[in-house]
Amino acid sequence: MKILLMLSVVPDTTSKINFTDDGTRFDKTGIQFVINPHDEFGLTKAMQIKEKTGAELHVVHVGPKENESVIRKTLAIGADKAFRIDADPRDSYYTAAQLAEFLKDKDYDLIIAGRESIDYNGSMVHGIVSALTGIRFINAVIGLELEGDKVLVDREIEGGKETLETRLPLIIGGQKGLVKEEELRIPNMRGIMMARRKPLEVLPPVEAPELTEYVKFEKPPAKGSVKLIDKDNLDELIDLLHNEAKVI
Amino acid sequence: MAILIYAEHQNGKPNKTAKELASYASAFAARTGDQVIALGFGLTEPEELYRYGVHKVLNVEDPRFADFNARAYAEAFRQAADATGASLILTGQTADALYFTPLLAGLLQSAYVTQVIDLPESVEPFTVKRKAFSNKAIAHVVLKTPVKILNLAKNSFGLRENAVEGTVETFAPQVDDGVFEDIKRVKVEKASGKVPLSDAEIIVSGGRGLKGPENWGMIEELAEVLGAATACSKPVADMGWRPHSEHVGQTGKQVAPNLYIAIGISGAIQHLAGVNSSKNILVINIDPEAPFFKAADYGVVGDAFEVVPALIEKLKKFKLNS
Ligand SMILES: Cc1cc2nc3c(=O)[nH]c(=O)nc-3n(C[C@H](O)[C@H](O)[C@H](O)COP(=O)(O)OP(=O)(O)OC[C@H]3O[C@@H](n4cnc5c(N)ncnc54)[C@H](O)[C@@H]3O)c2cc1C
Ligand SMILES: Nc1ncnc2c1ncn2[C@@H]1O[C@H](COP(=O)(O)O)[C@@H](O)[C@H]1O
Repeated sequence: MKILLMLSVVPDTTSKINFTDDGTRFDKTGIQFVINPHDEFGLTKAMQIKEKTGAELHVVHVGPKENESVIRKTLAIGADKAFRIDADPRDSYYTAAQLAEFLKDKDYDLIIAGRESIDYNGSMVHGIVSALTGIRFINAVIGLELEGDKVLVDREIEGGKETLETRLPLIIGGQKGLVKEEELRIPNMRGIMMARRKPLEVLPPVEAPELTEYVKFEKPPAKGSVKLIDKDNLDELIDLLHNEAKVI
Repeated sequence: MAILIYAEHQNGKPNKTAKELASYASAFAARTGDQVIALGFGLTEPEELYRYGVHKVLNVEDPRFADFNARAYAEAFRQAADATGASLILTGQTADALYFTPLLAGLLQSAYVTQVIDLPESVEPFTVKRKAFSNKAIAHVVLKTPVKILNLAKNSFGLRENAVEGTVETFAPQVDDGVFEDIKRVKVEKASGKVPLSDAEIIVSGGRGLKGPENWGMIEELAEVLGAATACSKPVADMGWRPHSEHVGQTGKQVAPNLYIAIGISGAIQHLAGVNSSKNILVINIDPEAPFFKAADYGVVGDAFEVVPALIEKLKKFKLNS
């Protein structure tokens, strides 16, 4: 069995977001980059399957050289081999096209992605990869069970969940719930040492169009200051919610 | 030219997201002169959409489409886009739409943008505003293909009535049986009777400040009085006090109700990322220094175990009198 993690590298969740060049570019100064949290659940799931079945786990990332430290982290956690496609993932279609090309001559059984990257919150790349490769796809996955060739997948839906039955090969968009929070792995010393000797292959990008272009960023308008209501005067609160906010 | 929207429904009736998409399409069509066409699967009350400006409803009656199937729905949309010559396709921020729309974008090789919050700023080049970096920024994005696909952020546009005369047609997409066999639903579990988080106008959310799962009675009661859904912070779900499906925030659900009530939640940046698009935020917290107050519209500094029961009583009286 062969598993592939499609890794998105994103700013740490506590990052302050700023822009340079007159609001046209995201300012990476001082930002710490991390494994996309949704992909982290997938990575742990992949490790659990690897430990149970002896599966081989690869990681692929489309991004610049400076993201290699984050790729190494997945190797330190236990992935066997990584690939970096040397391109700027500015557009989802372009990024997906790189991944689809990468998959062309491979035979992964399970391809694990995240529901969305928490930077641009696109929730697109993995779905487009599925369309371009024809590999079946399930999104918002909160549970996965392999029974031989059969796969049972829990997917989050509006107001609940559904269980789907399908087969490998399969692309999933994972999220919290796929594994338990306390099962998430962090690299240990031995893992970090071993990761240094694991292969990280750099591949050139292929020609592909960029279908969108980010032209400008701004910060959302600041909130006005909070109206504090005395806890002994909740009638005032109800009046404000009814007459001012008009929500009750 | 045409704008094609996804008419998602509940028990055959177009849902709020469908009406919001219709409102958006209709407002945009007023500028471009486009026809607004809705595609739905098994609608029983398609006429409801005329009120929001839909000129034509394409209704798929083929029973194979009764259960949602992403690949089949994406195929149906591709065929409908071809048949109608649609240059703009709109879907909403729901689990199903977020699942099939990227497939559609891949099939059509069309520019696709999610988290859209407003009408296009310009048509040439076609530029939209979207949320990015978990609500910490707004981005202006140009879509460069002839057919464009947008996914509208929940509650970002609102419902606007603009009644038109409409028609309904049956639409029969050609999709192989194999597609339906490939991924099959074997079980569905839906919480019944409760307001789903995604559709809620009001959300009552509890954090670690509530001390334990046994104290959620008052949260549920407050939600019931307000007709609200319940939610929680991440640690509350992680500790198993509440189900994971209630977890909101950067790594949980993103919500944007008219009123978000945060009780005993500190307002960490990752929590705010999922809720700060709410139209109004009310924070109840014992600590006047809690960061959440900075992101709130209304605040009550006090012990939730006193404030919430008192608020429930007052709201009950208010509801009786109004
Ligand atoms: C990668 C990552 C992703 C994350 N994603 C999310 C996410 O999606 N969603 C999320 O919520 N968190 C997320 N977090 C966690 C986040 O950082 C906070 O730890 C979490 O939101 C805190 O939850 P809380 O406010 O319920 O608890 P606490 O921070 O412990 O706050 C409890 C609050 O209750 C108040 N309180 C105590 N007693 C009372 C009382 N009697 N009456 C009223 N108020 C009282 C306290 O003053 C305090 O403000 C994430 C963290 C990381 C690292
Ligand atoms: N640059 C990338 N390289 C590899 N995989 C990616 C990349 N960007 C996104 N993905 C995958 O696609 C998922 C959805 O990403 P997005 O469309 O950016 O929200 C992520 O969770 C990753 O699994």
